Amino acid sequence: MMTIDHLSFGYSKRKKRIFDDFSLNLQEGNVYGLLGKNGAGKSTLLYLMTGLLTPAAGEVRLNGVDVRRRLPETLSDFYLIPEEFDLPNYSLEKYVRLYAPFYPKFDHENLRNNLQMFGLAEDLKLGELSMGQKKKVLFCFALATRTSWLILDEPTNGMDIPGKSQFRKLLIREMDEKRGIVISTHQVKDVEQLLDHIVIIEKGKALVDASSADICRKLYFTPSANEEEARLAYFAQPSPHGYSAMLPNPDGRDSEMDIELLFNGALAHPETLGQLLNPQK
Amino acid sequence: MNFKESKPIYLQIADRICDEILQGRYAENGRIPSVREYAATVEVNANTAMRSYDFLQSRGVIRIQRGIGYFVEPAAADRIRSFRREAFMNEELYDFFRQARSIGLTADELAALYRQYCDEQNKLSQP
Repeated sequence: MMTIDHLSFGYSKRKKRIFDDFSLNLQEGNVYGLLGKNGAGKSTLLYLMTGLLTPAAGEVRLNGVDVRRRLPETLSDFYLIPEEFDLPNYSLEKYVRLYAPFYPKFDHENLRNNLQMFGLAEDLKLGELSMGQKKKVLFCFALATRTSWLILDEPTNGMDIPGKSQFRKLLIREMDEKRGIVISTHQVKDVEQLLDHIVIIEKGKALVDASSADICRKLYFTPSANEEEARLAYFAQPSPHGYSAMLPNPDGRDSEMDIELLFNGALAHPETLGQLLNPQK
Repeated sequence: MNFKESKPIYLQIADRICDEILQGRYAENGRIPSVREYAATVEVNANTAMRSYDFLQSRGVIRIQRGIGYFVEPAAADRIRSFRREAFMNEELYDFFRQARSIGLTADELAALYRQYCDEQNKLSQP
């Protein structure tokens, strides 16, 4: 389990803090979608979760250990893929030889299978790859580390159209109860069907922290509401079929979550949606 | 897989599996893919696919054999046809009638049109 405990953080003392008393629990067995506007602090939160930044107050614990201590047992149990990164100018084979030993559960056969899924050769020269290809290679490597946590910052950015589909299939295939995945993204359509849990951060707090199932129990989403329904909705916006609307769901009707609508609605009415979705806070 | 907008995805996936059973892709008493495999094929979370499987199990379309996998029930095809008929009669037909009435189509006109359609289809299916 990963615990973010009363975390506060700002990049400098003069500037406003990005996080102020921010708390969140993350359980293995779930895919978390981390959403927020530009500059809300999504990437910063990922760096705090992986011990790359030091909080001003509070801490992040992985299985009870403060990640900021950067102990080998902690560092070998998660893998972070940042939004942008460089790979060294040598072969994948050498990369694996140098970096796989840091991960005791590293699975070489799994790496081969993952590369195959993307149609990538094993004898790649890392310096010759495009950003999208680098993302695919590092994602394959990340899965093969068999760490408990995978932290992915905008994983589908730069991937081509078939690549996004292969990314989803691979993630679903390799996901299990012992593994947790955090995906920070603006590309909600790319990952919409993968998410077990939604976290929306806004103004240094978790505005929404709820499972997809819970959200669908409390809210009814429809792409084709009429004027009257749109008036009753928590949030509605014009759509080709009338209105996309997020309505109260007293009868517990099944519907399909529309993450864009949830996001826009939560930001437009933070009090109402915050109270509905996180009543304990 | 492109999802229809309004129906929950777990039900759309259940429908897809039913179609495959009716098309003979999975035989009666035959094994169907694991939840994770099916989830990867249609690119949804495994928990969503699990809901589809639970739903189909509760409808007597598939059964689980612990530790082995999921299998198509012997009477699956008949059951699927029967609850599709039921859903059609209760939901789609009602909407259809409502629309027919709103544009002033009479019961006799509707009956004549349906008779004509059936005749044409019968002719087409004869060699």
